[in-house]
Amino acid sequence: MIPLALSQNTINLAYAVAAILLIVGIKRLSSPATARSGNIVAAVGMTIAVVVTFFSPAIDSYGLIVAGIAVGAVIGVASARLVRMTAMPQMVALFNGVGGGAAALIAVSEFHRLAPAAGHLDGEPLVGIMFSALIGSISFSGSMVAFAKLQELLPGRPLTFAGQQVVNALLFAATVAAGIAAGTTDDQIWIALLVAGALVFGVMLVLPIGGADMPVVISFLNAFTGLAAAATGFVLDNNALIIGGTLVGASGTLLTVLMGRAMNRSLANVLFGAFGSAPASTGPAAAQEGDGDGRMVREVTADDVAVMLAYANQVIVVPGYGLAVAQAQHATRELAEQLEARGVKVKYAIHPVAGRMPGHMNVLLAEANVPYPQLLDMEDANPEFPRSDVALVVGANDVTNPAARSNPESPIYGMPILDVDKATNVVVLKRSMKPGFAGIENELYYNPKTAMLFGDARASIEKLVAGVKAV
Amino acid sequence: MSAELISSLTIFALAMFLGFELIGRVPTLLHTPLMSGTNAIHGIILVGAMLVAGSADSDLEKILAFVAIVFGTINVVGGFLVTDRMLDMFKRRPGREDGE
Repeated sequence: MIPLALSQNTINLAYAVAAILLIVGIKRLSSPATARSGNIVAAVGMTIAVVVTFFSPAIDSYGLIVAGIAVGAVIGVASARLVRMTAMPQMVALFNGVGGGAAALIAVSEFHRLAPAAGHLDGEPLVGIMFSALIGSISFSGSMVAFAKLQELLPGRPLTFAGQQVVNALLFAATVAAGIAAGTTDDQIWIALLVAGALVFGVMLVLPIGGADMPVVISFLNAFTGLAAAATGFVLDNNALIIGGTLVGASGTLLTVLMGRAMNRSLANVLFGAFGSAPASTGPAAAQEGDGDGRMVREVTADDVAVMLAYANQVIVVPGYGLAVAQAQHATRELAEQLEARGVKVKYAIHPVAGRMPGHMNVLLAEANVPYPQLLDMEDANPEFPRSDVALVVGANDVTNPAARSNPESPIYGMPILDVDKATNVVVLKRSMKPGFAGIENELYYNPKTAMLFGDARASIEKLVAGVKAV
Repeated sequence: MSAELISSLTIFALAMFLGFELIGRVPTLLHTPLMSGTNAIHGIILVGAMLVAGSADSDLEKILAFVAIVFGTINVVGGFLVTDRMLDMFKRRPGREDGE
């Protein structure tokens, strides 16, 4: 069509180069020293794949493509640049969702292009089309729910109703049946029903999952979108899509398992398990009755805590999501510097899933220039608590809940936690007594060792800084 | 089965195997950036959207393909930029040249 069109062989060769760069990129992304360059290598591979596609003989017109890329690039750059660090997890969910949505839209468009003229589609493209429409739609709507939960547009706690799993199973079966009908009849309504059913199923799949499990869910849906992209590659007979999509499908699945393992949860457990079933719904209620039994929390003032910190030998800071929302990382580092100037040893205990994403806390504290050697991961931190005078819990909740060790009824039972209650004193900085993201009560707060300092984490830490200076 | 399908399945199987092997021992610290980076990589769906848009016949197909291109581009551009921002946070940290 245009004089610049390259031969299909040249284009496929360029796709092969792009695929190699994507592979090298993922490899480098999985090691700390090379991660940043890995991302850039992958981006270069992606650029090559996109640019060479412009010269494909299959493309007749450019207006639509250029306009679409321009609009998408503006939205993509703006959302990636403007988002606060704390909102990164939901951005990943959003970007993942639109990728799945793109796969579903392509499937529907291809179905429309091939079906009416050719009558019944033959099996090969059909399977790919149905698969990417199904998986892409689930990934799209599921990711949007994950986004809404993390953005707190929807409640983070599991939303459940009786017989949910039966309803979900029937819905899924009906959706697949619509896909089969779409393939065997001429009526295009079935592909619309397939997409509609898959969209609803995606919502139903993620609604009953608690906010604390969202990282695992996003990783799972990420793998889903990868497989949808691979299926699209089968439909379009395009190796770049097959390789890129499959790599993400496979590595995303493994990553999901690894993330689940860090929380001591299997994927099945996250998707259909404890948080969504009966024990979870009775959990918070039982805990509230516990409050009624007259268990008391001990509230303290910032000045009391400042004195306690100033005369400690070792303080361990346990950061959590509260630190992130309050943007308290810089104030926290300032507090640590004040304490170190007085000879107090300060360390940070980072739970693998503290915050809303693994590594969330490392990123924030690194941003505040907290020296890396002070950051201890869970295995190194736990032996330090018995040797510490104060464990200062800044907006962390579920990752410190002793119920994970002691209460088999608890939805988080078995999750490895930070043993903050082994420290001589525990000070918890928290906005209110509201339960954490998992929606369950934290017994730590009723421990006689524990003192609560209520308020915004940053405001509280700033008061502590002033208090320590005054001591 | 067509010859194209067989070669596609071969590539699929190898890529699957490679995907599992690639990220064998990734430290927890990198789980989120790795998820975000692979998230950007499935933005390769943009290539599919471009091919579909370039040969779309009807208005419906054009609209679907246009939205798919917008979505795919957001996935690619946003995905890589957010990953870069995350990893950028690590680089100023002193004394972490040798892994972990």
